[in-house]
Amino acid sequence: MEIITIVLAGILIGSAVYLMLSKSVIRIIIGTAVMSHGVHLMFLTMGQLKRGNIPVLDDDVSNYADPLPQALILTAIVIAFALTAYTLVLALRSYRELGTDNVEEMKGVPHDD
Amino acid sequence: MTLIHLAIILPVLAAVVVRIIYKYYRRLHLGWFVLPVPLIIVIYLMTFIPRVSNNEVVYETMHFMPRIGMNFDVYIDGLGLLFAILISGIGALVVLYSIGYLSREEHLGNFYVYLLIFMTAMLGVVLNDNVIMLYLFWELTSISSFLLIAFWHTRERSLYGAQKSMLITMFGGFMMLGGFLLLQNITGTASIRGMLESVALIQESPLTPFAIVLILLGAFTKSAQFPFYVWLPDAMEAPTPVSAYLHSATMVKAGIYLVARLTPLFAFSETWVWIILLGGLITMTWASFNAISKDDLKAVLAFSTVSQLGLIMSLLGLGALSVLTGANEAHFSVAVVAAVFHLINHATFKGALFMLTGIVDHEAGTRSLRKLGGLLTVMPISFTLTVITALSMAGLPPFNGFLSKELFLEAMIDVREADFGSLASVSFIFPLLAIVGSIFTFVYSILLIYGVFFGKRTYDTPKEPHEAPALMLISPIFLSVLVLLFGFFPNILSGTIIDPAAMSIMASDTPLGTHLYMWHGFNNPALWATVAVVIIGALLFYFKDKWTFIYDYHKERFTLNHLYDQGLIYSRLGSHKVTDSYMSGFLRSYLAYIFLFFIIMGALTFLNTGIQLDFSNLAPVGIQEIIVAIIILVSLAVILATKSRLVSIIMLGAIGFAMSLFFVFFRSADLALTQLAIETVTTALFLVCFYHLPKRSRHEERVRFKMTNFLIAVGVGVMAILLGLSAYSNRLFDSISQFHIDNVYELAAGGNMVNVILVDFRGFDTLFETLVFGIAGVGIYGLMKLRLNRKDEQDETHAKKD
Repeated sequence: MEIITIVLAGILIGSAVYLMLSKSVIRIIIGTAVMSHGVHLMFLTMGQLKRGNIPVLDDDVSNYADPLPQALILTAIVIAFALTAYTLVLALRSYRELGTDNVEEMKGVPHDD
Repeated sequence: MTLIHLAIILPVLAAVVVRIIYKYYRRLHLGWFVLPVPLIIVIYLMTFIPRVSNNEVVYETMHFMPRIGMNFDVYIDGLGLLFAILISGIGALVVLYSIGYLSREEHLGNFYVYLLIFMTAMLGVVLNDNVIMLYLFWELTSISSFLLIAFWHTRERSLYGAQKSMLITMFGGFMMLGGFLLLQNITGTASIRGMLESVALIQESPLTPFAIVLILLGAFTKSAQFPFYVWLPDAMEAPTPVSAYLHSATMVKAGIYLVARLTPLFAFSETWVWIILLGGLITMTWASFNAISKDDLKAVLAFSTVSQLGLIMSLLGLGALSVLTGANEAHFSVAVVAAVFHLINHATFKGALFMLTGIVDHEAGTRSLRKLGGLLTVMPISFTLTVITALSMAGLPPFNGFLSKELFLEAMIDVREADFGSLASVSFIFPLLAIVGSIFTFVYSILLIYGVFFGKRTYDTPKEPHEAPALMLISPIFLSVLVLLFGFFPNILSGTIIDPAAMSIMASDTPLGTHLYMWHGFNNPALWATVAVVIIGALLFYFKDKWTFIYDYHKERFTLNHLYDQGLIYSRLGSHKVTDSYMSGFLRSYLAYIFLFFIIMGALTFLNTGIQLDFSNLAPVGIQEIIVAIIILVSLAVILATKSRLVSIIMLGAIGFAMSLFFVFFRSADLALTQLAIETVTTALFLVCFYHLPKRSRHEERVRFKMTNFLIAVGVGVMAILLGLSAYSNRLFDSISQFHIDNVYELAAGGNMVNVILVDFRGFDTLFETLVFGIAGVGIYGLMKLRLNRKDEQDETHAKKD
């Protein structure tokens, strides 16, 4: 299972890179969101998958999944969301100010399509 | 802190006072308040002469930064004292002269403050035993010289000259620091006297040639030797007192001082000897040849200074050569004595010549030789002084320049007798260069006298020339008297100043008993050399119009100046080009650099260590997980392939929800909940933004396929996979989570381990995560609400209309 999730995370990260290298601001932000998913998945995998029960204390269970990576990912999800929200609004505002959502036009280079 | 330390920093202390005086009291010329400072210092320094001529040295230390061996160690021996007296003595004369030269309309406060800083810096250089402190004062001379050259900072030429001298001398200074540090590394001490005790270490070390070249770069740039002399002629934009003081008598001799001071350390080395000897001779001949073609009086003097400094440098090299080749002591001492003597002589006659040039400039309004002429009857005193000093420069009897020039020629002729080994056949080059240089020196000296005072009165000078005020004449008169005095009675110097100085250069303890005399007898080859110099020089001067056309072949574009200018231009263009080539301003380029770097570093690491994979402990694969993985892959493919942004936003949502399914499968309830909630909000946000996006570019577009982007993306993805796999396969320690699992109830009274970790075991993370969230909220609010100018509001209304 771990091999599958690692490869999946790698594909997510690679696609995110491809999106981030494009010109449109919205696509770049989508790219960052995709990348955060990839990273979270990688994180979870590194903490080992499906070893034991859900980490809530139960008298009958002695074997729990690792709670520490979960706590870390939870923090990361919230921070990634804050960042995405902020960059989205920034993109919106910069579109209103500059009249474009193309990062190359923002530099002052004419649109080429 | 002793009296000597106080003497060295006295000028800087005085600079503060002078500044205050200048602010509140303008009735008297500021120079009168400055004048006592160098006078006090020179009188104080004179009291050391008896001690130093008895072969005593004075050593006082003051702790400055003892941990790194950087102390203010004052060390007075013959050499240091000679320079210190020159600095303070000529300093006093220059201050006196500047009172007459600079009118009270100038920024006198600045001028004297810079000059006093310079005086401290110079005294610090020559009376220092610690190389690091020496470097400190050395740079202070560069800085104060920079300020003084650009004194008239509204003139473009002044700024150009100041920048040029700054760049060149600072370059040399840094190199010198490198040499000093090497030297300190070799010997383990920063004290020059300490280094002298470990000469054996210096001789053995393979680093010594590097140290020598670096230190000589410092000395050559400062002393305007070939090919670094280019800054000196441009430094002539400074006020004339500055030119007289810094650029003839003191600062340009700092390099000479350095070479003389370090001669006992390095005289064994061929690198040292040949660089100094040949560098000095080439400088001397080349500069004296070029001086003739100049039209500006100060430019002539600048080249002449360069040439004379080359002469002194070559004499020091000659002294070191006799040590190297094992010739007899006598040669060594003659060359060194000649160097010291000419150093003094040059300071006297060149200082006076600069002052006289300043007088001519001041009274006639021009320094151009073409416009001047026939001032003999108008300025008789200046004429007399010019004749004395210029003939001394030319090396004619009965002036002091004759004595040292003859010692120079004698040493250069004698050097052929030294043991050169295989080079014996070319040893004629030394006397030849020396005589050629002397001939040109003679020609420009005569030219100087003739061009200003003889010939026709041209009457096109900007001012009607007349004799200078007495105030300006005192200093050149004093110096000319010294020229005569040292010419007729050279032995008042020999025992008191020259011998101690020469002995410290040679690091010997036995008194030399030098006896200088004007007449050496007919069998002295140097006399005949002088006669030849005068005859050939006179002929060259007489037929000047016939041969000076050769200067026309020396085109602007072959000069070192041109090289320097082009160097500056091309270094600026080159750095522009390099910077522009990668700082494109496109986000994509910078991201590409970052990702490429990631790929390369990852690849290198894997190439070094290899990939070790271990899949012995994998979790089982479930069918539902495969389905979710396929959902994610399909969504990704749609995002990459779709033309529509709306579709890609929805597919991003799909990935998010699939992720929360993964979290469910992998036993992470809280994660699944959070992911669900946040993905919903994110998708909503994306949709809101999508709605507001531009009409113009709302026409749907696909992410166009780009090969490079694709390759970079694949590279990063592969690298991430490899990193993940190898990290997973090499688990070195067990997780620390067992502690949390065991203690979650006992210590924190909770059952949900993830939540307990978030708010109890690792509560600080949560605190600042909350802060991040709050900051994002405030930031978003600011972005939406803040309008800094009315243009925004207009845009807003336009946008509404759209």
